[in-house]
Amino acid sequence: MNLKQLVTGKKGDKQFLLGNEAAVRGAIEAGVSIAATYPGTPSSEIGDVLSYLAKDAGIYFEFSTNEKVAMEVAATAAASGLRSFTFMKHVGMNVASDSFMSTAYTGVRGGMVVLIADDPSAFSSQNEQDSRHYARLANLPILEPSNCQELKDMMVYGFDLSEQFGLPVIIRTTTRVSHMRGIVELGSIKEQNRKGHFDKDPSSFVPVPAFSLSMHERLCDKIKEINKISEKYRLNYISSSKDNFKIGAISSSSAFNYIYDIVNQDNLDINILKLGFSYPFPESKVYEFLKDLDTVFIVEEVDPIIEKEVLAVIGKYNLAITVFGKLDETFPLVHEFNPDIIKKGLNKILKYTEINEKNSYSQNFNDLIESIPNRSPVLCPGCPHRGMFYGVKRAMAKLKLKEDDVIFASDIGCYTLGLNPPYKAADYLLSMGSSIGDGCGFSKATDQKVVSFIGDSTFFHSGISPLVNAVHNKHNFVVTVLDNRITAMTGGQPNPGMSFDGMGNPAPEISIEKIVKATGCNFVKTINPMDLNETIEIYKEAFEHDGVAVIISKHPCVLIKGLEKKSTVEFNENNCKKCYVCLNRLSCPAISYKNNKVTIDKDACNGCNLCVKTCKFGAITEGNKEA
Amino acid sequence: MSKNSYNIYISGVGGQGIIKTSVIIGEAAMNEGLNVCMSEIHGMSQREGSVSTELRIGDFNSSIIPNNSADALLSFEPIETLRGIKKANKDTKIVFNTHPIHPSSGNSLEMNYPPVELIISNLKENFNYVYPIEGNDLANKVGNILSLNMVLLGAIVADDNFPLSKESIVSSMKNNLNSKFHELNLKAIELGFDAVKL
Ligand SMILES: Cc1ncc(C[n+]2csc(CCOP(=O)(O)OP(=O)(O)O)c2C)c(N)n1
Ligand code: SF4
Ligand code: SF4
Repeated sequence: MNLKQLVTGKKGDKQFLLGNEAAVRGAIEAGVSIAATYPGTPSSEIGDVLSYLAKDAGIYFEFSTNEKVAMEVAATAAASGLRSFTFMKHVGMNVASDSFMSTAYTGVRGGMVVLIADDPSAFSSQNEQDSRHYARLANLPILEPSNCQELKDMMVYGFDLSEQFGLPVIIRTTTRVSHMRGIVELGSIKEQNRKGHFDKDPSSFVPVPAFSLSMHERLCDKIKEINKISEKYRLNYISSSKDNFKIGAISSSSAFNYIYDIVNQDNLDINILKLGFSYPFPESKVYEFLKDLDTVFIVEEVDPIIEKEVLAVIGKYNLAITVFGKLDETFPLVHEFNPDIIKKGLNKILKYTEINEKNSYSQNFNDLIESIPNRSPVLCPGCPHRGMFYGVKRAMAKLKLKEDDVIFASDIGCYTLGLNPPYKAADYLLSMGSSIGDGCGFSKATDQKVVSFIGDSTFFHSGISPLVNAVHNKHNFVVTVLDNRITAMTGGQPNPGMSFDGMGNPAPEISIEKIVKATGCNFVKTINPMDLNETIEIYKEAFEHDGVAVIISKHPCVLIKGLEKKSTVEFNENNCKKCYVCLNRLSCPAISYKNNKVTIDKDACNGCNLCVKTCKFGAITEGNKEA
Repeated sequence: MSKNSYNIYISGVGGQGIIKTSVIIGEAAMNEGLNVCMSEIHGMSQREGSVSTELRIGDFNSSIIPNNSADALLSFEPIETLRGIKKANKDTKIVFNTHPIHPSSGNSLEMNYPPVELIISNLKENFNYVYPIEGNDLANKVGNILSLNMVLLGAIVADDNFPLSKESIVSSMKNNLNSKFHELNLKAIELGFDAVKL
C-alpha cells in the first residue's frame, strides 16, 4: 500500500495497517492540527509516517528536541483550542513527565492525546517500564487498545473525550500493538478548526500555589464524571459470558489477545472481561463481572496494576474469590506475554491439558540448535563510530592507560554498541543524555579518567545542561560528541544539527561546536574520526587536559540516504602476515575469517579505508577511485 | 490448528525484504476476505540483526503463533530457520533459502557457522516437509538478487495448504512494489513456485 492512502482513504475502506500507521490515520480522522514527538521505538514509525504525510494531511508536525518539548508544543496547541497529538516511547514519557503532570491541572481546550508506547521484553529499550502508572500518577484517563482497529478508533474517541472534559487522554500501546499489522476499517475525516487562539485565564493555566489547589479539585471532579463513562465504555466489555461459568479472566492490551484465543480454541469455561478504558477504573463493571465467580485470572503485561484494583474491589465488597495473577506468580512479572506463557499459567491452576515442554528432536539436532551463532547487532561497515572507538583505544595504548584506568560513560544511540568487544567502551549508562552528568560524578568520585560518549541527537535532547554543569563546576573529563549528522539508531530522523526539519523544509543548522564554545570550555576540537592519526593525537591531548575537554567527532552515518557509496578496498593476500589486527581490533562486519584467511566482502564494504590505515603490512589498499 | 487457518513464521536477516513479503501476503489475505493479523520484530534490522514476522490468517486475535503451531516456516537464511524452529511441528512446511549470511561478531576468528548440509540433513531427519531452496541462485537467474524475497514468496505459495491464490498474491505484489520491477518479480515468483511444486 502507498502510505498516501492513509490520507486519501475513504470511510469504509479496509487497509492492512501497522499499529503505528493506524494511529496516524486515527489522528487524521480526528482532525489533529499539531503533532510533535521525539523518536523512540516502538512508536518511531508514527513520526516517520507523519513526517512523510503531514503536508498532505494539513498537519503541522515536528521532531522536537526532546519529549518534554514535544509535550509542551502539544499542550499549548491544545490550550489554544486546536487538536494536538504527542507520542513517545515509554521512557520518553519520563522526560516529558514534569510538564505532563501540570497538563492534568491546567487542562486543555482542544483535544489532546498522549500516546505512550511501552516495550515489554525491552526489545529496543533500557527497561520494561509500565506506563499505565502515569494515568494514576497524573489522574488522567487511559485507553488501552489491543489491536490496530481499536488503536485507530481509540484515537478518534480519545480526542472527543479529551475535548469533552478538557483533559489530556493517554493511549497506551505495547510493542505488540504498535508493531502489529491488521485490517483496519477507516472512518470519516472530521473537519476541525485549524486556527488556534489562546484566551487568557491565568487561574486555569498558571499553576502557582494560589491556583493549583482549585485546579486539583477541578481535576478530581472531572475524573469522577469520567469514571461514569469508563463504566459504560464500548471497549470495556465482557466477551464469551455464560452465567454458569465460575471462572473469569480480566485482561487488557496485547495480553487480552492471548487469553481470548486460548479460551476460544481450547473451549475453556472462562468468562472474559476486557478493559479498554482502564482508568478511572470501572469498579462497578468489574464488581458485576466478579460477583458470581469463584476464581479470576488477571492477565496483564508488566506490573500487577489491574490485579491490585481487583483485589481492592474484592475487599470492598467482601467477595469470596481467589485471584490468580502476577502477585502469586501464576504469570511472570518479567517478559512480555505470549500464548504459551498464558496457557502454562492457566494450566498451573486448571490442569486441563498436558503441556509437554520437551521437544522430540534427535540429540544431534538439539546440539545443532544450541550451537548456532548469535546475530547481535553491530556497527555498520564504514560506521564513523568505529573510527572514533579505535582512535580512543589507540590513544590509551600510547599513553599506557589500561582498561581499568578509564571509565566509559556511554549514552543511548548506535554508539552504545561500543559495549561489545573489541571496544568494550560502555561501562555505565542510565538514560538519554546521562553520559555527561555521569562523567561529572565519576570524575569527582574517582582518580580514574572518564570519557563520555554522546550522539548528536542525544546532545540536543539532553546533553547541553549537563555540559554547562561540567564546565561551571570545574569537572575534569573528556566528552565526545559523536556527530554522525542524523538520529541513526531509531531509523534516521533529522535533528537540529541538520539543515532541514521534520516536514522536509529547510531549517537553520545548529552548530554543536558553537554551543560548546559558548559554555566557555577551553578545549573544543572537531575531528574527522576516519583520520586515524588525527583522532589518536587529539585524544592523547584530551586525556592530558586539565578540565573538561570536548571532542566533536564529525562524520556522516553510512545509512544517510543519498550518500555516495565509496569505492571498496582491495585485499592483497600475499602481503597478509596473519596478525589479524583488522579482524580483532576493528570488528568491521565486511571483514571476516573464511577458509583460514582474511576475507573482505566487497558488497558490504563501504570504503571508509579504516582497515587500510590499520594494516601495517599493506595487505589492504584503497580501492580504485575511478571504479 | 483449525481448518480455516494458516500460520506462517517468516524469518531472516535485516535487508532481505522480509517485512515487505509478509505485508504482501497479509494484504492478499485481506483482499480475499479473510481475517489476518501479523506481528513483526524489527530487532536492529539495519544493523544486520535477525528479523522475523508472524502472519496468522484466520480467526485469531493474537498475532503471535503458539509454539509447535506454524503451518509453514519461510526462512530467508539457514540458521534463522533453526532460530524459529520451536514454532514448527513435524508436519510444518519448512521452506528455506540455503544461502548463508555469516553473522559478524567481535571475535571473527571464533565464529562457527554450521555447515548448511548438516542443517538440511538434520531438518529432514526431524520434519516431514523440508524444502531447501537455492534462493540466491534463482534470484540471480532472474537477474537481480533483490528479487530473493519474491522467489521465496513464490515458494511458499506452492504449498498445497497455502490458502491464497497465486493471482491474489501477484496483484498484492503489484500494489506494494515499484511497477518498474513487476515483470522481474513475476518471474521470481514463478521460479520460486516451481522450485517447490516440481
Ligand atoms: C528518552 C528517550 N527517548 C528516545 C529514545 C530512543 N532512542 C534511542 S537511541 C536514539 C537516537 C540516538 O541518536 P544519536 O544520539 O544521534 O546517536 P546515533 O544513533 O545517531 O549514533 C533514540 C531517539 C530513548 N532511548 N530514550
Ligand atoms: S546506522 Fe550509522 S551510526 Fe548506526 S551503526 Fe550504522 S553507520 Fe553507524
Ligand atoms: S574500508 Fe575496511 S573497515 Fe571500512 S567498510 Fe570497508 S572493509 Fe570495513
